[in-house]
Amino acid sequence: MDTAEKLDKNASGRNHAEEPMIDLEEQPMQETRYPEHTVGTPFVDDPKMRLRDVDVFYGDNQAIHKVSLDIGKNEVVALIGPSGCGKSTFLRSLNRMNDTIDICRVTGELFLEDQDLYDPKMDVVELRARVGMVFQKPNPFPKSIYDNVAYGPRLHGLANKKYELDEIVETSLRKAGLWDEVKDRLHAPGTGLSGGQQQRLCIARTIAVSPEVVLMDEPCSALDPIATAKIEELIDELTESYTIAIVTHSMQQAARVSNRTAYFHLGRLIEVNDTETVFTKPEHELTEAYITGRFG
Amino acid sequence: MSKTTEQVRKSLARRYRAERRFRAYGIISIAIGLAALAILFTDIIGKGHSAFFEHYIKLDITFNEQTLDIEDARDPEQLNYGNYDGIVREALKTRFPEVTERLQVRELSALMSIGAGYELRDLLRENPEWLGTTQTLWLLADDDVDLFLKAGEKGREDSRMSAEQKAWITELEAAGDTERRFNASFFSSGDSREPELAGIWSAVVGSFFTMLVTLCLSFPIGVAAAIYLEEFAPRNRFTDFIEVNINNLAAVPSIIFGLLGLAIFINLFGVPRSVPVLGGLVLTLMTLPTIIITSRASIKTVPPSIREAAMGLGASRMQVVLHHVLPLALPGMLTGAIIGMAQALGETAPLLLIGMVAFIVDIPTGPLDASTVLPVQIYLWADSPEQSFVAMTSAAIMVLLAFLIAMNTLAVVLRKRLERRW
Repeated sequence: MDTAEKLDKNASGRNHAEEPMIDLEEQPMQETRYPEHTVGTPFVDDPKMRLRDVDVFYGDNQAIHKVSLDIGKNEVVALIGPSGCGKSTFLRSLNRMNDTIDICRVTGELFLEDQDLYDPKMDVVELRARVGMVFQKPNPFPKSIYDNVAYGPRLHGLANKKYELDEIVETSLRKAGLWDEVKDRLHAPGTGLSGGQQQRLCIARTIAVSPEVVLMDEPCSALDPIATAKIEELIDELTESYTIAIVTHSMQQAARVSNRTAYFHLGRLIEVNDTETVFTKPEHELTEAYITGRFG
Repeated sequence: MSKTTEQVRKSLARRYRAERRFRAYGIISIAIGLAALAILFTDIIGKGHSAFFEHYIKLDITFNEQTLDIEDARDPEQLNYGNYDGIVREALKTRFPEVTERLQVRELSALMSIGAGYELRDLLRENPEWLGTTQTLWLLADDDVDLFLKAGEKGREDSRMSAEQKAWITELEAAGDTERRFNASFFSSGDSREPELAGIWSAVVGSFFTMLVTLCLSFPIGVAAAIYLEEFAPRNRFTDFIEVNINNLAAVPSIIFGLLGLAIFINLFGVPRSVPVLGGLVLTLMTLPTIIITSRASIKTVPPSIREAAMGLGASRMQVVLHHVLPLALPGMLTGAIIGMAQALGETAPLLLIGMVAFIVDIPTGPLDASTVLPVQIYLWADSPEQSFVAMTSAAIMVLLAFLIAMNTLAVVLRKRLERRW
């Protein structure tokens, strides 16, 4: 695990996809063949998001190879894998955050229910209101706690009256488990909170727009164990109303919070299964090698 | 003791010496800079402080109807054409009855400033009942008299006044009929051929209008260009080309911008010469690169995570810029703009080419009135033959420096105030 975290630190801030792990190739695993198809059960009935043959390119560099996966309603899907395996890239293509990178290109079928995400007619503003995102580093706006949470609803005109907005802010903060800690200082700057509180504030900000899917990109990597535990608890509660896809480096975290786990390796989706199956009887040798800590 | 420790100890002394030397270089550099600044200020203040004062002479003025050729002091027409110099001359002749010769009388009347006559006219306009009476008044002395009175022993010997004139002044001084007063007209009047009447106000107003035009044009254009280049423009050869050229523009000598203004604004577009609008246009060209470069730098300091957060909530690119990037980058942009403005305020060369080097007596009332600016006024005075203009030049430099220091201080204070800590 230590190695995993170290690698995580090294890789953070860099472009995962452009730097496949050289170390891995030097290890005695060269005979391992990538499976023709993802092993396990990547598909579910009546999914929230249906993703087929997704390829992501950075210029000429292919970061994601033919990934097919379903994300079911109200379930938590954990995306795990060694640094640079493309899980963050994949996650960011689910609400088109990759659009901001000029050289990034996404192909394949990506559907949110029956809507094609990359349809030219699809509006990114609407998409991002439906598929929210929580980032690796807590990034509250340098505004008050209230304004942080109210930003999304204001942006989309979700509340016309002051009291409606107040209500949205309160429920969002309550859902994020932050209300009791900040109710007396809603107008203090959000940047003055502790790291864990900031991340919960970011979650409150995301769910204030009532998205259908929440994408989380290593939400706990910058937090201490206590703050992490709080966020994990929160993720559990959020499943009641939201569908969640979470990228994580901590296998314990994946085991604790997710219903299904997807293992990525060098841009390929190797195995998807119930979390329990992945961690107790992995089907593919690469998955097994990773979860038993043979490489990180 | 191991071998490594021994080696390290040996090299330590040398290392510390090198470090001390390194620190000394920095301190010496700062000392040189401060010394240069101190010399500059002492020189300017030493030369210029006397220009903030001028001398007045006490005279008993008789508002004689015949000499003045005024019958009714309430008639503005008559007031305008009154022979005020005549009553000043008569007052001087009464003060020094021994002077009768024509040439001497002329020398005697040269003691008073031409401005004394205008002052008497204004006094008579306010007090028409003074016509026919005698009043004891303090009147402005000529600049040579002023210099003589300000000078020390040696300076008095070197004065270019005649021996008789010196004697008269010394007599007046001994009788307590001369007085040093604050030179208010220096701050309230326009340029003049007479140093004792000349002031910087027309140049200050001209500078103000020019800066106003420059700020109104260069800040919005510069900020818009910076935002587009940073947030929207694709990264390709064309934008690289633009970036290189913006940096080039920042390095172009300012006189070139003056030639450009002459060729384009005056000859092609027919903008009138010598007006603040034209000066503002030329200085805008000059300030733009500075504002664009500093604005881009301050946009770059806005962390990308803020942009991502806003974008992840469904904000459009414009909303990201308006709600988050601009408010966070604004302090830096303002600082850049103020520094650019300070640079433009001190700019002379391009303005000489577009006719802002004119002799302006009237205070400009708007950006379309012919005017001059502070640095050009300094240039003009530095070129004038009268000795009094030496002090005036330094005094004007002090005023300009005061404005520059105020603007730069404002920039620093703004940055400190508005800077956000992450």
